[in-house]
Order: sequence, then structure tokens, then C-alpha cells
Amino acid sequence: MILRRPFFYLILVIAALFVYLPLHGNNVSLREDLILVAIAIILASNLNLMIGYTGYVNFGHIVFYGLGGYVGLYLATVRGWNLVLSALVAGLAVSVCALLFGLLILRLRGAYFALATIGILQAVQAFVSNFDPWGRSTGMYLSFDAYAPLGGAMHALWITYYLIIAVMALSMILSLVIKNSKFGLGLFAIREDEDAAVVLGVNATVYKAIIYSVSAFLPAVAGALMFYKNGMIDPSIAFEYMLSLEGIVMLMLGGQGAVMGAALGAALYEKLRSFLLTSPSLSNFHLVIAGGLLLLVVLFAPGGLMGWLYRIAPRARTVIE
Amino acid sequence: MSALLEVRAVTKRFGGLLAVADVSFSLAEGEILGLIGPNGAGKTTLFNIVNGVYKADQGTIAFAGKDITRISPDKVVHRGLARTHQIVKPLNDLTLLDNVTVGACFGREYLDLKAARAVALEVLQQVGLGDRVNIMARSLTIAGKKRLEVARALAAKPKLLLLDEVLAGLNPTEIAQMIDLVRKVRDSGISVFMIEHLMQAIMSLSDRIVVLNLGRKLAEGRPDEVVHNSDVVEAYLGFPDIVDKLTRTD
Repeated sequence: MILRRPFFYLILVIAALFVYLPLHGNNVSLREDLILVAIAIILASNLNLMIGYTGYVNFGHIVFYGLGGYVGLYLATVRGWNLVLSALVAGLAVSVCALLFGLLILRLRGAYFALATIGILQAVQAFVSNFDPWGRSTGMYLSFDAYAPLGGAMHALWITYYLIIAVMALSMILSLVIKNSKFGLGLFAIREDEDAAVVLGVNATVYKAIIYSVSAFLPAVAGALMFYKNGMIDPSIAFEYMLSLEGIVMLMLGGQGAVMGAALGAALYEKLRSFLLTSPSLSNFHLVIAGGLLLLVVLFAPGGLMGWLYRIAPRARTVIE
Repeated sequence: MSALLEVRAVTKRFGGLLAVADVSFSLAEGEILGLIGPNGAGKTTLFNIVNGVYKADQGTIAFAGKDITRISPDKVVHRGLARTHQIVKPLNDLTLLDNVTVGACFGREYLDLKAARAVALEVLQQVGLGDRVNIMARSLTIAGKKRLEVARALAAKPKLLLLDEVLAGLNPTEIAQMIDLVRKVRDSGISVFMIEHLMQAIMSLSDRIVVLNLGRKLAEGRPDEVVHNSDVVEAYLGFPDIVDKLTRTD
């Protein structure tokens, strides 16, 4: 089924480029650039499952990434588990956590739900900042020895990079699979009109809880990998509220609801952000520019880049999903 | 004929307002049952109770021999009871095909996506939208949206279809087409329970009619019995010296 979608192969090509480009000439600085793009794509794609597919705006999506980082780093350093296992268990643990949060707040709709997601982010951050086993507000550090099983730090960085690219590809494939499934159709129905969807037979309560939990899994895995690579984590970088908001800008820019929209918006925004942050005259203004950009998109191209593409070339809808 | 839908002593309050009071009736298999009453009589509320959107405060509802009083709307559809909305609820940014596919996917037969699409195409053809399956639902006219409501409900392959004012807002040609469609639906073996303000249409379509007024059942019977019932004439169709009568009893 999924093998018949042309877009599936496009995802593989994108992932292959991410793997090949920095490998060519052992280009470490390009790898570090691309890793940020990949993380942005992972966050935006999974956020898209909530905002673009289900119509529920999650302002605290970053909480999954941060929690994943904490659980992953804890398992890898304190428990001494291997990286892949730590990351997977972190993903599962955070998904279960999200399911519980979801059951609490998913009966809310619209602005009330959005507010509750901010509350969850704040609550989790406050909890972690006071949680002794995770080092309270100073966080946790990875001892250098932890990289030894992966053949030293140099190797470990490349391995985590490839794993993150794999998670990126999986994020896009997951979006594509859900989009073309009965489950996805049920989500779209909830997005368009939840009351109508329920009357048509969609079990909205269960669907929303499942997608909220699913949208937590890969960001948590990515968080575990990323913070392992960085070698440290603390509450302020794990639960960076700004990054949560920027995820929404990425979706609006690329076009929410479209798999490619999330990826494209994430990549473009991330490139723009790193350009602005490193430019000496503009670095203080990057959020001003992000805000302006969001305003322009909402006013003039509410469907984002993909919405615009679909309008001028409706046939593109079936190829670039 | 056995009773497909059995409503017994159903009561629903919203705060101090008694919206539906002690209403009982039954609907036989293969029947078209009309539900009429002045504005605010509680017709749509009664529909919402039957399909589970509201929970009845008192009373029971049985469908196909099983109690459905406390069952949520999505489960009610699985049992084979589908409905349309008076105020249409199209899934605006989905195509007509997707709209109706939702109905087929999550309806009584709980079809997979591929089978549901086939059913959806068939039903869209049946309601006369077969040539526009790939347009977005938001671009339909009101008549089109009403047809889409019916199509979505039919795609669920119901045993009983609840139609909430599907004729309101349509022009005479569209009304004739919709009446024709309702007859065909019944002939295909689906029972129909419909709210309608358009007297001529409901009188000719219905086998029997239930009349509500101020939440209470005023009368029940064949269309010709109902129109000659003096309570109904008074409450619904108007009575020359009704004002005098009301002030006197007060």
C-alpha cells in the first residue's frame, strides 16, 4: 500500500541525501547543520499529526523531546544501557506519559486545549527541575566513557547522526502512512468538525488520545539521541518554550496537514534561524523576523507553501503529499 | 411488523427548561415516521437523545431490540442508526468522496478504506452528486450540502435513518428530488424517521406522524388522522380564537 505512494520514495531520497552529503569529505560542520534541520523536521512532522491532521494546537510539544532526552540520558548513563535501547525505551515511556496527559486534557477543545498544553509543559519542567535523580536544575552530564561502546566520541557522533536521520525518515513515513489510512481519515474528520465526526461513528476520544501519544514517540526518541550526542541536559535546554512555538511557525510556513509541508517549513525555518542567529547584526532580531514571517504567512498564504503549490498545481497533491 | 425503535417515557431537562417530557412512541421496520411540531417543540432534542448526543434524564430507548439509552453517538452508528443535521455539518476541507467515505468507514459495517470508497462512490451517485466527487465540501450549495448529509448517513448502511429537516431551504425542484430520494431509501429497506416543517411533503411521505408541542407528545397517527386532531389544529396549525382561549384558562 505505502510502497505504491511516489512520495514514499521521495522521503527515501531525502534521507539518502542527508546521509551522503556530510559523509562526502567528512564534512563535520555540514553534519552539525543538518542535524538541526533533521531535529526540526522530526518535531514539525510529529506536531503536524496534532495540528495539521487532528486540528488540536499543541503549544507544549517540546515537552516530549525534553522528557525523552531525560529518560534516555538517565538510562544510558546511570543505568548503563546501550544507546538504541535507551532511546526506544525513552520513546515508549514518554508515549505512555502522553497517553495519560491526553486523557486528562483532550476533553478540552480549541483555545482551552492549547492553554492546557502550555500548562503541561510548565508542570513537567517544574517537576524535572526539582527531581533529584535527574540532577534538579543543574541537569545531567554524560561521562565521556559512555561513548566507548560506540568506538569513541568521534564514531559516536556519526552513529547518533545516522540514527537521527533514520528517526527523521520514520517521522515522515509515519505521517504518510497515517495520512493514507482509515485512522487518518478519522483524524481529518475530527479536525473538520468533531461533533459531526462522532455522529458519523468516529470514536474521537480514543482517536485523539492515540494520536497525542503517537505524536510523542519519535520526538522523544530524537530527544534521547540528541542529548546523548550533546552529552548533557538541563531543564532550560530540554524544555525550551521558544522551540515549541517555532515548531508551529514551521508548520504554518510549510503548510499544515501536508507531510512535505512540515518538512519543508522545518528545513527552511531552521536554515533561516541559523543564518539570523549567526549574523552579527541580526542575531537579536531572529524572533522578530520569525513573528513577521508568521504574520505574512497567515495573512497571505494561510495554506503555507504547500497550500500555495496545491492551488497553482492541484495535481501535485497526489505526488507531493 | 416488529418495532425497530422503541422510545419509552423519555424526559430531558436543560436547567429549568423541560425540553422533552415523557414522550413514548415506536417505529416499525420499513416505516416512514414523521415528527412535526412548532418551533421549539423539542424535535431536534428528541433526535439528539435517540442517537446519543444527549443523555435522557428519564426513560429508555431501544433499537432493534437492544437498549441504547446510555450509548454514545459513535456506537449508535455502529448499531445501524444514522442521522443528518438540520444545520449541515460538512467536513469542509475534505472532498465529497472523503466526506462520504468517513460515513462508510465508521458506519455499521466498519469497512476498510478501499471498500468504503467504493460504497461512497455508489451513494454519491445515488443522491445525485456523482459527477462532483472530487470537489471540496465547502464549495457546495446548501442543497448540495443537504444531499451530502444524506449521503454520509446512507454510507453508514443504516437500518434506520434520522432526517432532520432535509427539505428546509431547498427550492421546489430540489424538494421534489429529495422527496423522491427519501422514497427510494425506504424502498431499499431502510426505515426513516424524519423531522419536517414542510406540511405537504411530510403528509405525503409519512406512514404515521408523531406531533410534539412544548416537549410533550400531542398526537400520533396516520397523516389524515393527525391533521384532523383538534389538539394538533389548535397547537400547530393555528386556531382562530386561540388567544382568547389561552387568556381564559390562565
